[in-house]
Parts: sequence; structure tokens; C-alpha cells
Amino acid sequence: MNALPWTIYVSFAGAALALLAGNRAASVARTVALATALAGLALALVAAAAFKPGPGLQTLVDVPWIAEFGIRYHLAVDGISLTLIVLTGIAATAGVLFSWNIKERTGEFFALYLALIGGVYGVFLSADAFVFFVYYEIAIVPKYFLIAIWGSTNREYGAMKLVLYSFAGSALVLAGLLWAYAASGANSFAVADLAAAGAQLSPGVQQGIFALVFTGFAVLAGMFPFHTWAPTGHVAAPTAASMLLAGVVMKLGAYGCLRVALPLFPAGFVYWQPVIATLAIAGILYAGCIALVQEDFKFVIGYSSVSHMGFVILGLAAANSQAVGGAVLQMFSHGIIAGLLFAVVGRMVYERTHTRQFSDLRKLPLHKTMPFAALTFVLAGLASMGMPGFSGFPAELTILIGTWKTAPLWAGFAGFGILIAAAFTLRAVQVSFFGSTEPAGPAPAAPHDPHPDFEPITWPEKAGALLLIATTVYIGLKPDVLLDWITPALRSPLFQAVLKGGQL
Amino acid sequence: MTPNYLSLLHALLPEASLVLGALVVLGFDLIVGRRHDLAQRTVYATVLGLLAVAAAVYHSYDARLDGEVFGGVFILDSLALATRVGVLLLTALTLALLPGVTRVKQPAEYVAIVLLATTGFTLMAIAQQLLVAFLALELASLSLYILAGFDRSRPESAEAALKYFLLGGISAAFLLFGFSLLYGLTGSIALPEIARQLSVQAMSPLLLAAVLMTVVAFGFKAAAAPFHLWAPDVYQGAPPTSAALIASGSKLAGLVMFTRLLWSGVGPSAGSVATFDVVPGWVPAVALAAVASLLIGNLGAIAQTNVRRLLAYSAIAHAGVLLLGVIVAGKFGPAALVYYAGTYGLATVGAFGVVAVLDAAGVGGSFADLAGLRQRSPLLAFCLVVFLLSLAGIPPLAGFFGKFAVFTAALKLNGLASWAGWLSIFAIAMSAVGLYYYLLVLKNAVVIPGRPDAAPIKVPVAAATALLLATALLLLLGLFPSVVLRAVS
Amino acid sequence: MNAPLLSLIVLVPIAGAALLGLLRQAQPGTVRSLSLGLSLSTLAFGLFALRHFDPAVVGPQFVERHRWMGALNVHYFLGLDGMSLLLVLLTGIVSPLALIASWRIPQNPRLFAALFLGLQGAALGVFLALDFVHWFLFWELSLVPAFFLIKLWGGPGAGRAAYQFFVYTMGGSAFLLVGFAALFVATGTLDFLQLAQLARDGTLAAKLGPVGSPAATFVFLGVLLGLAVKVPLWPFHTWLPSAYAEAPTPVSMFLTGVMSKMGVYGFLRLLWPIFPAQLHAIATPLLWLALAGVVLGAYAALRQTDLKRMIAYSSLNHLSYCLLALFAVASASGPKPSADAAVSALSGALLQVFNHGLSAAALFYAVGLLEDRSGGRRGIADFGGVRTAAPIFAGLTGIALFSSLGLPGLNGFVGEFLIFRGVFGLAPWAAAVACFGLLATAIFLLTFWQRVFHGPQAGATLAGFPDIRGIEYAVFVPLVALMIILGLLPQLLAGLVNPLVSAWAGQLVLP
Repeated sequence: MNALPWTIYVSFAGAALALLAGNRAASVARTVALATALAGLALALVAAAAFKPGPGLQTLVDVPWIAEFGIRYHLAVDGISLTLIVLTGIAATAGVLFSWNIKERTGEFFALYLALIGGVYGVFLSADAFVFFVYYEIAIVPKYFLIAIWGSTNREYGAMKLVLYSFAGSALVLAGLLWAYAASGANSFAVADLAAAGAQLSPGVQQGIFALVFTGFAVLAGMFPFHTWAPTGHVAAPTAASMLLAGVVMKLGAYGCLRVALPLFPAGFVYWQPVIATLAIAGILYAGCIALVQEDFKFVIGYSSVSHMGFVILGLAAANSQAVGGAVLQMFSHGIIAGLLFAVVGRMVYERTHTRQFSDLRKLPLHKTMPFAALTFVLAGLASMGMPGFSGFPAELTILIGTWKTAPLWAGFAGFGILIAAAFTLRAVQVSFFGSTEPAGPAPAAPHDPHPDFEPITWPEKAGALLLIATTVYIGLKPDVLLDWITPALRSPLFQAVLKGGQL
Repeated sequence: MTPNYLSLLHALLPEASLVLGALVVLGFDLIVGRRHDLAQRTVYATVLGLLAVAAAVYHSYDARLDGEVFGGVFILDSLALATRVGVLLLTALTLALLPGVTRVKQPAEYVAIVLLATTGFTLMAIAQQLLVAFLALELASLSLYILAGFDRSRPESAEAALKYFLLGGISAAFLLFGFSLLYGLTGSIALPEIARQLSVQAMSPLLLAAVLMTVVAFGFKAAAAPFHLWAPDVYQGAPPTSAALIASGSKLAGLVMFTRLLWSGVGPSAGSVATFDVVPGWVPAVALAAVASLLIGNLGAIAQTNVRRLLAYSAIAHAGVLLLGVIVAGKFGPAALVYYAGTYGLATVGAFGVVAVLDAAGVGGSFADLAGLRQRSPLLAFCLVVFLLSLAGIPPLAGFFGKFAVFTAALKLNGLASWAGWLSIFAIAMSAVGLYYYLLVLKNAVVIPGRPDAAPIKVPVAAATALLLATALLLLLGLFPSVVLRAVS
Repeated sequence: MNAPLLSLIVLVPIAGAALLGLLRQAQPGTVRSLSLGLSLSTLAFGLFALRHFDPAVVGPQFVERHRWMGALNVHYFLGLDGMSLLLVLLTGIVSPLALIASWRIPQNPRLFAALFLGLQGAALGVFLALDFVHWFLFWELSLVPAFFLIKLWGGPGAGRAAYQFFVYTMGGSAFLLVGFAALFVATGTLDFLQLAQLARDGTLAAKLGPVGSPAATFVFLGVLLGLAVKVPLWPFHTWLPSAYAEAPTPVSMFLTGVMSKMGVYGFLRLLWPIFPAQLHAIATPLLWLALAGVVLGAYAALRQTDLKRMIAYSSLNHLSYCLLALFAVASASGPKPSADAAVSALSGALLQVFNHGLSAAALFYAVGLLEDRSGGRRGIADFGGVRTAAPIFAGLTGIALFSSLGLPGLNGFVGEFLIFRGVFGLAPWAAAVACFGLLATAIFLLTFWQRVFHGPQAGATLAGFPDIRGIEYAVFVPLVALMIILGLLPQLLAGLVNPLVSAWAGQLVLP
């Protein structure tokens, strides 16, 4: 259990090692990165095995850091953070596997990648708002370089837009947190202390601060209408970075909303709740409709991420323990599934066909030339549309249940969202991989003949895909594994102040 | 008032070491230098200069923090100590950049004048009397004018010096006029006495004029808008090491001096922006300058394509935050301000250090010239990333915590029910703009590949050490800001 | 009884699908025999279940119930009653035959067989699962193999048809899901039997809101929509003709024979027991829709020149009879409606489900054979005088046609007769209108018979038209034999469902 903070340190150490190793040989850097990611995952799993779910955070480290401001280096874990840490471990490992073919500046790539991972682990473990914020910002900068250096289409624009949105969001968060800290008079950045002091503030101030902090985090979570960075950023990013962006980094925003914004100002939240829910629904539907008409494969996936994160925000907005539990489950699920989708699109397809346009892909019988990629994408697509048997289903069902409890109308709109998700995912599946199916007739090509032009799918790709598929199916069949962590965590007094009437 | 010359000597030993150092540097060069080439003479001058700085640091620590010295002319408090050590450190870093980098043909003179400027800085840090403060400021300023124009091979350098000198002279005139008015109003040049007198005086037009003139001079020193016009040309035209000193040590010392002057001297006439009802005084004026600086600095920086001019506009933008720090220093002490100014100085010295090395290697100053820096010198690229990200305020680098501390204090004044609070929100918003132009530089340095035939850039050992030291300090101070905060308070 | 019989029924085909997926090097022959064996397992298990089945028991038998997702109170819950048994047997009969019919398909037989077995397993899961999540898993999962079977092996318009089929059904399912999420909020359970119990004792109405309240109405409409698309209920049928027509023959057989029954099953298992009052409230409009399906489906079939589309519309027409019966029962009000009529209508509906499965599968197969022999043509004008060229084929098809038409002595008659009898007792006007449908059905089926099999040889028939042969007998003969047997001995099936239907009729909640 107490080894969890090492996920952070191991990642940063791995980043430094990878940077040094990159000067020697790319393969060493790769191996270092894989070992680091696996070490993080192993630490997370070992901690998960020993984890005893309960309300409230279980402290791992708590030492004074900047006494003048009452800042403590306080790391702690509960079921929610543990869920996301396991997700980070899995996504990081898969990401390394899918970047096995990076040849240019390999050491730097993995150094930045692992630094990003380290920041993400740090965010999920932080119990002090200041520490949280520091790790949150640490995770921002590597993204720029990962995308700008190793990205594809319009990469410099995408990278800059993404980073500026993130940074603007975090500026809002900083403004809100500082305001809260200053206004509350508390000499502490512990969320509980801030919340206790914040409850004394006038309703107007609480609403104002909540709006700042929540909006700041929601930018990173891809909440409509602050989502526009997400599709361009995802499309521009190299595969592993898109996997992490959609898989983990967007979760940082949602996690910040849940961990910091909601408990801090329950009164402010109540005021903004309808607005948030409306924006979430607008995001689900709008991004879904946009995804339906995209002609670039990766844009479809990018918008689908926005749409799915809309469900997370909707779950948070519904604010009862089912809805929020479902939202956390959806974060996990979407992290895995989006990773898988981006892996197929970015690594398996794009790096072989060098096109992402549906009009080009339609002409290629990809299901015959890349059966493994086709199968993976079909499974990922099914998971993404919320098919039962995959992790998306229990997540969406729990969110729907919770949302219905708060406001049936929202659940009805979410139903439309599920429908649209099915439509655009299916369209992507059928146009990309099954665009040219030969009508039943003579002279079929032997289905497993690899296309001469495309190199076969490599073992790291297979391993990464299997890891992600196995996870989504496992959680789809046994969501209790995660829900048994998440639900008790929501019983902590901090969450109970904002979550009303949830009995699971 | 019983003058105690022994304690005065003891208190001023750092300054004495610096002046002595300057003389030794000159003399050594005169005697030994003839037999050596320029490179070696630069090394000798630098080493001697560093020794003098080291001695000054030692004496700064050695001097007891026993408060007022020599009848209150000087004050030795924790702020003074921290500032002295800070400016000395910044000077040392600047000096270390010289060997193998500078184009200066008279290294001994250059180092000597740097030491004299530093003497001015350290005196500014401890001055508690108008006259001494003015003299210290002028010592520093005159030295800096010379340093700005030291590169006689480039006309821009002379232009920079002239511009700096003319505007600096005007600001000195303002300051002197302000001081004389203050003296006239209070009958004293000692800050505590001035404060005592002012606390029983109501705000009068004359007092307001005195205060505003002081603020004008201060704004000039801090490169705050609307007194910033000299900065871009000077930063671009002066030799990079001179610009480094102007942007770092000079700024730290100036801020501390004016903070002391404004709060412990003119404090009673500060006025207030801690609510929406502005109380007239110098604080509202400083606040206006802060807004203007943030706006002009950040927006101006976006349009730049030259690294040095960008650093100049970034300096203007940072001046905005620093002025905010001055405003809050009255209530919460100058710790945040010193931290901010010090770490800002570190990052700026570092950035100008990189510019200096590039300049020596014949790389131009525009963004596009930086392309491929990563291949040509991974060290420089890495250091530049750290310096600029610290300037942008990315944790865990020191620049972040500096902003954090200042903004927190500003918000603590009265939350958002005050102009100060909104000013800090504005500054936070502007920091997002800041990241944009810093990333533009870094994009060229790190992302865009250079020409394949570009030769590697060799970084001299001393400069490399200085840059890495600055990098490490930015990281360490960012991780452990308490070190500085505790030293000041 | 200790063996988890129902799990075996569901999982053997699915495991078989996975096995085929892994057997990369298998020869087509191996694939065929293996998949046929796996597919036949359903029939074997079904017959075994039939032997041990106690028709007198109304509730589910062979129950397997295990805790699954604690947080959602979800159970792994399988159970079998008379209705389920009927459908398991139907699946057990139609699937292997369809699989045999697929042996002509040249492309990738292994993948085809794997997908087909997956589809079969999913359908069985739908018929046996009694917990919503468990049921929904199979309900949705069945779409996936069906989608690919249509898309990859279908005709020229298959891509569009498959997409339409999938999205329509998913669209319905999304609202079904929302509806059950709401039910969970109200009751905390997703168990069909418990929900039905709660509905009967009024708890559900108390928690969800009375009939007509917005929430309850929304939930009901959501579930209704999900099921209505699947059956399909007119006007949600637009996906059906193209999906059935573009699918390859064996898949069409399965789609119409088994999958279309999932919707009817859902109406009887979910909608009616859980929302009796709501269903009653809008039964009359629904009755009109069902009638529209009966009548317009038949007239649409009449207008088709493509034989496959004709049979597809005839499916719409025949399934609408089942819904007609259900809605008539649901709409019944007034003092003690004839329980007899209700029993008659409901058992007629169940028998119709089974019989239509047989006859529609046979007809699709027949059209498939015509298509095979004519090089892909299937217009009604492309054929003529087939009877002279292929008398046995004509005979067998004729029996299937007349069974579909409802000729007494064949199985189709029994179901339709019972439905009409019941509906006359409950809603005479509806039965009267439905007669128009009956008339049109007779016309288009006879047109089929006459244009294709009689008259001078024409079109494709001219160039030598081989009669039915070899393996084709194996598909056709069992189907036709069953049509005759069940036509003569309808009590074989009726006995299985009678107690159940009587119990339903007895429990009718009538205001």
C-alpha cells in the first residue's frame, strides 16, 4: 500500500533513465520505458490487492512542505484514486507497447512520456490541493512536446491549442483555489480544511469560486463548449500520446472536478448543477453528431472521446452515489477503450496505410489485410458503444440509473447519446475496415493472406491490444471489482456533503 | 546619533570587498594582463571577480543582523541579507558567463564595472536613508549605462547605452525631485522619521506629487509600463551579459530598495486598493502600472520574433507581477517579492546566458535562428527549456511558486472584493498568454529540426556550470521555497 | 438435474464460436461438421429439457441463479418455462438447418460458422435469461454477428442494410436501457420475475408513478420502442425488408425464423408483465398499429416483384398477428372478458411464433434455391413453370407456402385460427379488419405459387433447372415434415404452453 507513491517517483526516474539511455540506443530506451510502465502497473496492482475499501482517504505520505502557506506534501488513496491509478498503469503500459516503433529521438519521447505519466500518478494520489495542482501542471508541458515533435497532421497547431487550453484551464483552477484559500482564511490547502472554511463563505462567493475551479478542470475533461482542443489535439498527437490524452489526461480534469471542485463548494455546485448537466448533455449529443459526419478516422475517435466524457460529466452533475460511481467507472472504461481505439487508428492503420481519410480507407479491404486490427477495432467499437459484456456498459447503465434518480429528463437525453454513439462507431467500423467487401461471388481472396504492402501486426501491438481488451471485458463482466472500491469511497463525509440520496 | 565607524566598517565589508576586488581586477590586468591573450585575461578577470563576490557573500553572512547601523543610515535585517546574497549570486552567475563567451575587448574593466554595479546593488539592499539610497542607485545605474554600451563593435550597444542613460537620467531627476519634496514635507531623510512625520500628515497635493515622482523613478527601474520604453532596445542592444545583470540583479536590488522606501518610509501615504474604494496614495499608482505592465508586456511579447526583445517584454510582464508583490509586501512582508524577484533573476540570467553563448557562436537572435538547437547543443536546449518554463510559471520550477506566493497574498488582502484581488486574477489569466510566447521560442529550439549541416555549439565550461547551477537552483528553490521565505521573514 | 442445463444450452454454441475462431487451420469439411454438431447441441439439450419439463408448472424451471454484479443487484439468472422451451426448440431446429443451407457459401466458411454459432448462442441467451442485464447482454450481442453476417456475405446493398438494421435496433435498445435504469431506480432490482411481481401488487406503480405520469410513461415508451423495433411493429419496420432481402439465405432463415421472435418474446416476457396497466391504456392505438402491420405488410408484399422482399414483408404480416393477439388481450376491458378468448389468442400467438419460424425459414430457403439456380435472379418475373422442371422442389415449396397461408391441416392454420378466434372475442372490429390482411396474404402467396411454378417455362427456368438434390433435402424435408406433423397434432406444442397461457389469462389485470 505504502509503495504507491513510488509509482510517481519510478516514473520520473524512468524518464531520466530513458533520456540517458536514448543517447545509447533506442532499444534500451524502449526497454527502460516498458520496465518503468510495468513497474508502475505492478505497484498499482500490488497496492490494489492489499487495498481495503473504506470511506475517506488513506494517507500514504504526509509531511510539511511549505510551512509558510500551510502546504503539506500529502499523498493519499481511496477507491476512486486507486481505480484511476490502475487505469494509468494499464494505459501507460499499453502506450509504450504501441510506441515500440518510434525511431526518431526515442529517448526523449519516452522521457517526456514517462514524465507525463509521473505527473498523472501524482495528481491521482494528491490529497493536498496545492500538491494536486503542481502535479496537474507538470502533466501539461510534456504533452506539448510529445505532440509537436512526434505528431502528425497539423501538429504544432494542435499541440499549442491543447496546451494553451489546458493551461488556461489550470489558470482558472489556480485562481479559484487561491481565492478559496485566501477567502477562507484557512492556513491549509487540504481539501477538507478548504471545504470547511469555504462553507462559511457567502453563497455568491461560493458560486463564483466553484465556477472557476469547475470550469478550469472541465476544460481538461473536454466539457462542451471547451472541448475544441480535444479533437485537434488527439488527431495531431502520436499514437501513444493520443492514448494517454484520451485515456488518462482527460480523466485528470474529471477527477479534479470530482475530487476538488465538488467537495469544496457543495453550495456552489447546487447552483450550477443544471448548467453543468445541460452542457454535459449538449457535449454528448453535439460531439456525437459531429463524429457522425467526420471524414477523418481519428477525428471520429477524438469526438467520440468528447461525447463519452460528456457521460462522465453528466454523472458528476447528477451527484448521487450511483451516478458518480458510474462516472468513475466510465472514466476507467473510457480510458481503456479510447486507448484501444486510438491504438488501432493511429498505430495499426495509419502507420501502415498512411491515410486516415475514410474515402481512402473505403477502398482498402482492411478486414482482409489486417484481420487482427479489424477484430480489435470491432471489439473496441462494441465496447465504445456500450455493448453489454464490455466495461462501457455497466458504466453507462450506472450513470443512467443515477441520472434518472436526479432528473429523468437528463437520462432521456443520455439515451439519445447512446444511440448516436452506436451510429458513429458503427459507421467508423464499417467504413474503415469493411469499406470494400466483395459481394458474394467467386474468386474470394484467401482471408488471412497478409496484404503484401502492409507489414504484419507486431507482437507489442498484439500484447497491448490484448491487455486492453482483456481489461475492458473483465471489468465489463465483473464491474464489482471497481465498484466495490469506488462506492465506499463516496461515503466519505466530504463526498456525502455534495452527493444526495445515494444508496447503492 | 553617535556614529560608530567600526560597526559601519563591519557592516559595509561586503561592499568593501567588491570595491577592492574591482581595483585588484584592474591592477592585475594592468600588470599581468599584457603578457596574455584576451581569453586568458578574461579568465583572470572573471576568477578575481568571482573571488571578490565570494568574499562579499562571506562578509554578508558574517555581518550580524543587528538592525540599524550608523545611526539608521543602513539597516541590516534578514531582508537586507537575503537581497545581498541574492544579487551577489546573480552577479556571480553573470560573471561566470564571460570566459569564452563575451566579445568584450577589455575584460578587466568590464568585470570591475560589474563589481561596482554590484556594490550599488548591495548598498541599495541596506539603504535606509534617502541620500544613501539615491547614491547607491546612481552608482548602480551609472555602472549599468557603461555596461550597456560596452560592446563598441556594435552600434546597437551604443544606442542602447544612450537610450538607457537618457531615460535613466530623467528618472533620476524625478527621483531626486521627489526626494527633495519629501524632505521638505517631513524635514528628514531617514525613512523611519519620514514615516513618523507622514503618519500625522493628511494627503496633500504636494505629498502626492512627491510620492508619484518616486513611483515614476521606480517604474523606470523596474521596467514597468508605461516607463518601459527603454527595455526592449537595451535588452537587445546591450551585450547579453550586461542585459542579464540589468534584468536580474539590478531588478532585485531596485525592488527591495523601493519596497523599503515606499513601505517603511512613505508607507503612511500608501493609499489602498484592498477594497473597491480606492484610497489615494502610491499604491493605486503602482497598481495601475502593474496592470499596464501585464497588458503591454504580455501582448507585446506575442508579436516578438527576437529572443532578446521577447525577454524584454517578458521582463515588463513580470514587472507587473513584481509591482503586485510590492503592494502586498506592506501587509504580508517582502518574502514573496524577494522570492519572485530572485528566481525571476535566476531564470533571466540563465536565458541571457543561453543567448550569450549563442551570440558567441554566431547564432542570430531571431526565433528561427534557434531551430535545431536541440541537435546542436542539447545542454543549451535543456537549460533554455527550464528557464523559459520557469518564467512561464510551470511547477515544480521556482517561477511557479513565486507567482503562487504573490497571487495568494494579493487575494488575501480582501479576496475578490478588492482591486488587488482582480489584479491577481488578471495576472493569472495573463500567465496563460505567457506560456504561449515562451512555447513559441521553445518550439523553435526543441521541436523544429535545424539544417542537417549545422555544427554543434560548444559551451565553455564556466558558462555551462553557471547555466546548470541556475537550472538546479530553479528546480531546488521551486521544490523547497521555504528556504528563501524563511530567510527573508 | 445437477448439470447447469440452461448454461450449457447458451454457452455451447458460444464456446463453439470461440473454438472455431481459434482453429485457424481447419479444413472446410471439419468446420462444417464441427459447427453442425455444435449447433445441433441446442436441439439435443432442448429435447432433453422437454423430457424433464413439467408443463403444469407455470414458473421457470431448471433455474440457475448466481450473484453477479452486487452494486447493481444483478444476477446470473437463467430459467425456462413453456414459452422459452418453445423458442429453444425452434432455435434448435432452425439453426442447424440454416447452417446446412450455408454450406454452399464459398467465402470463409470458418468465420461464417463462428459468427452463426455466436448468433445462435445469443438468441438462446435472450430466450433463457431472466435478469435484465443478463438478458440485455445477449439481446445486444446478437446484433453483432447478425451485422457481420449480413454485411460480409450479403448482397450488393448489404452494407447499408446491415447498418440500418443495427442502428435501428440499437436505437430502440438505448431507450430500453434508459427505461430499465429508471426501473432500477424505482425498485432496486432488474429481475424480470420480481419486477412482474412488483407490477402485480402495485408497488411499481407506487414507486414509478401512476399510469400516465410523465416518468412512468417515458419508461414504458422506452421499453416499448426497444421491443417494437425488434419485432418489428409497424411503422418501425423499415429496416426489415432490406435486411432480410440483402442477407444471405441461411442468415435470412435465421433472422426471420429465430431473431424476429426475440421481439415477440420480449413483449410477452417484459412489457406485458411489467407494464400491464400502461399497455392496457394504449392498447387500442397499438392494436391499430398491429393491424397496419397485418394489412399493409400483406399489401406491400403484394406489390413486391422481388421474391425475397415479398417473403420479408410477409414476415412483417405474420408477426403482426402475434402482436395483434397480445394487444387485443391487453386492450380487453369490461366485465370479465372471455378468459377463453384470451387463452385462445395468446396460445395462438405462441404457436404462430413457432410455426412462422418454420414456414418462413422454408420459404427463404426456397427463394435461396431459386436464386442459386438462376444465377442470382429472384424477380417474380424471372421464373415460370418451375413445377415441370423441378417437381419435388415445387411440392415442398408449395407445402411451405400453404402453411404460411394458413391452410388447414398444416401448422400455420392452427396459430392463425386461434388468434382470430381470440381476437374476435376480444376486439371483433380488429379481427374484421385483419381479414383484409388475410385476404392479401392469400393473394400474394398464391401469386408466388402461380407465377413461379406454373405456366410455361420462362426466364431462368429455360436453361435447365435441376430439381432439389443432395443436401438440400436435409434442409427442406425436416421443415416440411414438421409443418405437416404439427398441423395434424397441434397439441404437441399447445400442451407445452397451455398451463402458462391459462395462468396469464387468469392473472389479467383488468381495471
